[in-house]
Amino acid sequence: MKPPPFDYHRAQTQDEAVNILMEHGSDVRVMAGGQSLMAMLNMRLTQPKILLDISGIPELNYQTESSNYLSFGAGVTQAQALNNARVVNEVPLLGQALPYVGHMQTRNRGTICGSICHADPSSEIPLVLATLGGEIVVRSETGQRVIPIQDFQIGLMTSARRPDELVVSARFPVARPEQRFSFTEIARRHGDFAIVAIASCCDGKTTRIGVGGVADTPAVREWPRLESDQIDDALNELAWDLGGYDDIHASARYRRELIRKLGRDQIERIQNDQD
Amino acid sequence: MTNQSSEHTQALVGQRILRTEDQTLLRGRGRFVDDMPTYRNTLHAAFIRSPHPHARIDHIDIQDALKSPGVHAVITGQDVWPLTNPLLVGFKNPIDYRGIAHDKVRYVGEPVAIVCATDRYLAEDAAAKVRVAYDPLPAVVDPVDATQSDAPLLHEAAGSNVISHREFAHGNTDAAFEAATHTCELDIRYPRNAITPMEGYAVVAEYKSEDSGYDVLSNFQGPFSVHTVMAMALNVKSNKLRHRSPPNSGGSFGSKLTIFPYIVVLCICARLTGRPVKWIEDRLEHLCASSVAPNRVTHIEAAYRADGTVQALRLKHWDDHGAYLRAPMPAPIYRMHGLSTNGYAIQNVDVINQIILTNKCPTGAVRGFGGPQLYFAIERMMHKIATLLQLDPLTVMQRNLIQPQDFPYRTPAGSLLDSGNYQKVIEDATQQGDLADLLQRRAERRAQGKIYGIGYASAVEPSQSNMGYISTLKTHDERERAGPKDGAVASCTVSVDALGSVSVIGDSTPQGQGHQTALAQIVADELGISMDDIAVNLETDTQKDNWSIAAGNYSCRFAPASASAAKEAAVKVRQKMTRIASSQMNVPAADLEFKDGWIQSQSNPDNRLEFRRIGGLAHWSPSSLPDDMEPAVRETAHWSGPELTPTTANDEINTSLAYGFAFDFCGVEIDPDTGRVIIDKYVTAHDCGTIINPGLAEGQIRGSFASAIGATLYEEFVYSGDGSFLSGTFADYLIATPTEAVDPVLVHTEQTPSPYTRLGAKGIGEGNQYTTPVCIANAVADALGRESIELPLVPSKVFEWVHAEEETPPPKQTAQQVKWDDSGTISSGGTLDINADANSIWSVLVDPDRLARVFPGCRSLLLTSDNVYQGVVDLGVGPVSGTFDAFVELSDLDPPHTMTLTGKVTGPLGTSRGVGIIKMIDGGNSTKIEYSYQIGLSGTVASVGGRLISGAARVLINRFFAALVVEMNPDASQDQKKRSWFSRLGAGRSRKP
Repeated sequence: MKPPPFDYHRAQTQDEAVNILMEHGSDVRVMAGGQSLMAMLNMRLTQPKILLDISGIPELNYQTESSNYLSFGAGVTQAQALNNARVVNEVPLLGQALPYVGHMQTRNRGTICGSICHADPSSEIPLVLATLGGEIVVRSETGQRVIPIQDFQIGLMTSARRPDELVVSARFPVARPEQRFSFTEIARRHGDFAIVAIASCCDGKTTRIGVGGVADTPAVREWPRLESDQIDDALNELAWDLGGYDDIHASARYRRELIRKLGRDQIERIQNDQD
Repeated sequence: MTNQSSEHTQALVGQRILRTEDQTLLRGRGRFVDDMPTYRNTLHAAFIRSPHPHARIDHIDIQDALKSPGVHAVITGQDVWPLTNPLLVGFKNPIDYRGIAHDKVRYVGEPVAIVCATDRYLAEDAAAKVRVAYDPLPAVVDPVDATQSDAPLLHEAAGSNVISHREFAHGNTDAAFEAATHTCELDIRYPRNAITPMEGYAVVAEYKSEDSGYDVLSNFQGPFSVHTVMAMALNVKSNKLRHRSPPNSGGSFGSKLTIFPYIVVLCICARLTGRPVKWIEDRLEHLCASSVAPNRVTHIEAAYRADGTVQALRLKHWDDHGAYLRAPMPAPIYRMHGLSTNGYAIQNVDVINQIILTNKCPTGAVRGFGGPQLYFAIERMMHKIATLLQLDPLTVMQRNLIQPQDFPYRTPAGSLLDSGNYQKVIEDATQQGDLADLLQRRAERRAQGKIYGIGYASAVEPSQSNMGYISTLKTHDERERAGPKDGAVASCTVSVDALGSVSVIGDSTPQGQGHQTALAQIVADELGISMDDIAVNLETDTQKDNWSIAAGNYSCRFAPASASAAKEAAVKVRQKMTRIASSQMNVPAADLEFKDGWIQSQSNPDNRLEFRRIGGLAHWSPSSLPDDMEPAVRETAHWSGPELTPTTANDEINTSLAYGFAFDFCGVEIDPDTGRVIIDKYVTAHDCGTIINPGLAEGQIRGSFASAIGATLYEEFVYSGDGSFLSGTFADYLIATPTEAVDPVLVHTEQTPSPYTRLGAKGIGEGNQYTTPVCIANAVADALGRESIELPLVPSKVFEWVHAEEETPPPKQTAQQVKWDDSGTISSGGTLDINADANSIWSVLVDPDRLARVFPGCRSLLLTSDNVYQGVVDLGVGPVSGTFDAFVELSDLDPPHTMTLTGKVTGPLGTSRGVGIIKMIDGGNSTKIEYSYQIGLSGTVASVGGRLISGAARVLINRFFAALVVEMNPDASQDQKKRSWFSRLGAGRSRKP
């Protein structure tokens, strides 16, 4: 398992990175932590002409807060985010989800933005961002644009990033005092790909629930406060809507059952927590 | 942790001595094959492997690969055949196997060609340019299916996939069944798994043209009977095939036995290129094409009494060995033959062994070696008998176990069980493990409505194999003609040099078990010296070291065999040095003892000489030695147990020399919401005779237990019904890691030394492979009241055992489900509306130029004959992409209503075959399209991308239809078209309310 030949550029600045993307476009693969990319490179599943390493760009390594968002620059690792007390306090859903992301060792290299760009349907971080309704900021030679997450992750491992654009940060909405959050994941082993992951948040009036690991992208629904008998119907409709699929780890039925059972536990918990 | 003997007043054997190997390994100074220096002109090999489970090879085009930078040769089966003979197995059969495909491929991953280049990167670049034309054939993956007359035939010359069928009758089983008051039967299926080492296969092969011989460095683990197989295949005498072992091997667990076909093929590469060739296996190769344990189907019947005592067993096995037999296969089933009644005093047993070939990776040795499969059947049966009689399973077991006074005990199938006190082991286990408390816990949990169960398992652990057991596969007449095979020769050399330091050379090829430490303990004890004065070297060199056919490390032979040989050799050294000291000190030999580096008179300890001086004397002054004595001190012992007799005329065989015993019990709880099996408590007890080093013994138990947990809960090599291999990475072949670890209660119990080994030691490495899977299965059976328990206990599977009822149905008609049936085919479909009339759409599909625009990623598409297209496409989903050759055929044309598209795309990433049916329902200016498709996938993408395949297929199909829409409405804007199409297609889209 050796990768095919490629040119390696380790950019020092954002401008340098954007420049390379403008010049070479879809011949480039951007790498920050490489925790998904390296394996694919070695198995020759992806064969970029240019590997653009942005992990050494100091200006991309920031975690900043505004009144609405906690922003992670593209260089921020999952470990850095998990070690940031503000993350745990201001974006509790992310704080709950991060321990499920791979293992401690992979979190030391893997990045928040990288996981979102990779857009694996089982990934926890894209699921959290979609459930919270966050944003992605991309930059190109012509300027910057902000993309809502539901317009960014558009398909199986496919994002709306244009070949000449660099994802520079991800913005996670900061929790409001009335919001409650819950995250559950079922996987074969600690750190494995999610069979089903469910993220939810409730502000007393509305519940947003996101399901990962089943459809091609996180599936998010927004519901009003549900009575006990309505929860089962809503979750059953969602479970069948997403369909699920069989693979060697789980059957489609199992995935639907998990959505119904775990979804119910979560919604009851966060709705009742309001009282 | 510190060594517990600094004074050396007590024997080292039996002490928890820290391993001498660990400083090297823990400090990253291990020397594995890949670390060893090689000659400057060494080439590196990359294999081209079959993506198909079964196919004829029509043509291999290596021209582009040969022109690739750094490439010196591309070797195929056509090159290997003329320079080799077949790789023989233990019985005559018509299969000609040489380690590389010739005219057919028979499993995914089978080597087809080898690129030899100046480095591995360049070799892989060139490998991608080798084009192999295959003609796929149907495949068979289930051993029972493979016996049907209409099953695909793997080897034409064999005429059947059942390559061996033997029936054995020991005692009088039929009479016992006829007279029985109770009988029952049970079907079991044991999955295909292995134990994956950290380091895979590693080979450096060289051809010495000057003497027409070969020199190989590899982490081959033995048995060295296989050396003869390699030599004969390479058409050289044994002394012209030099095999050297490296200082360190990174784990094996049996896998590095069947490295030998690769060694043969790489030797030929070295010969043809005129340069040494090095190959380091990668993980994908290891998981699909190295070695696995045979999966097995067993039908077991028991005749028993009302009190649970069993009179007779019948065992019918379908043992699945994959596509080829490689020596010493089908060994596992024969290695256990003598133990077909486990540790029970059952007098009658009939066995039917069917050895079956299927389109899967060939089998090899895996820790447990036939035991897990056999004991799963027997111990599940004991549990079933208890359930039917409404007796406690432990009571039933105890009523049947061999009594301590009956050892040595000859089983009906021929094993001579040397020693044991099974009842004592159980007593200690139930007491130290507090079974009473566990029974109480089960009652409490059940009262709370929890799903809780207790399971038991016992197993006789064989160690040091009788090399004759494999000939039990032959009939008596065949054995008579071939000559006897028996015994198990172990050897060891102990020498004392001119400065009095001691060297030990043994015939074990360890992969981390700590053999150097154990051998040093044994020799140090015998010679009364410090372990620091001993250097143990286990880097075997077949041209320079002692070895016989049983040499190597497998089937727990170390403690009974290698240790015995070391003891014998050390005793010989001691005897010689006693004679020298006796004459030097003028003291009777019987008075001398070896203690703390001195050889001293027991009656007058002041009269003593240093050990090293006596040893040195034998070098510096031969004239000082007794008259008849050879100079120097170097003693070799070859040792075999006389109890390892050849197979009798009645097919009875003492399959091993020493037999230990393991007994486990556990409590499990099943989470009804997730199907997870949680091990609440696990108790395991082992009697392995004399314990050489409790630290090593404990390590073996814990390691065995950890991998057995893997086999029980996580591990399976999965093949779809059509033969595609689906477990190519550790994301799909799941092994237990520290986060899955269960901490067992290790029971200290009485060890019954073997009367047949020099130290009384028996092996201990495989115990939990035998007991743990079935112990946990029995607990799950108890928890669920269910008979059919198939491992591994995947939560999704267990969930459906708990919730057998239908699930909640959908509230309304939903989008088409993606189904994945057993044959590995993904089926799905959908509908969409296009603003065009049916005839216009039809004309696109039958026009090559327009179809080329619609077909995703199409670079070129030519009509090669009626409705048959051929072209090149770039296909990719997200980051994964590649260039593929594509074939599309349109058939069943009913214009403009329906058509069938049959397609195939082939490329380095894999091959996909699919069939799609398109129905067009004319609505005037718009047409409703209903489509359904079935797609099968093989190759690398199937092996590593399992999770994402159905999604990726859907993406590509959607692209086809999106492009069709664009083709029909070229004037509409891109975004408009995309949105209208998105809104019409079904499941999987993220939606806002």
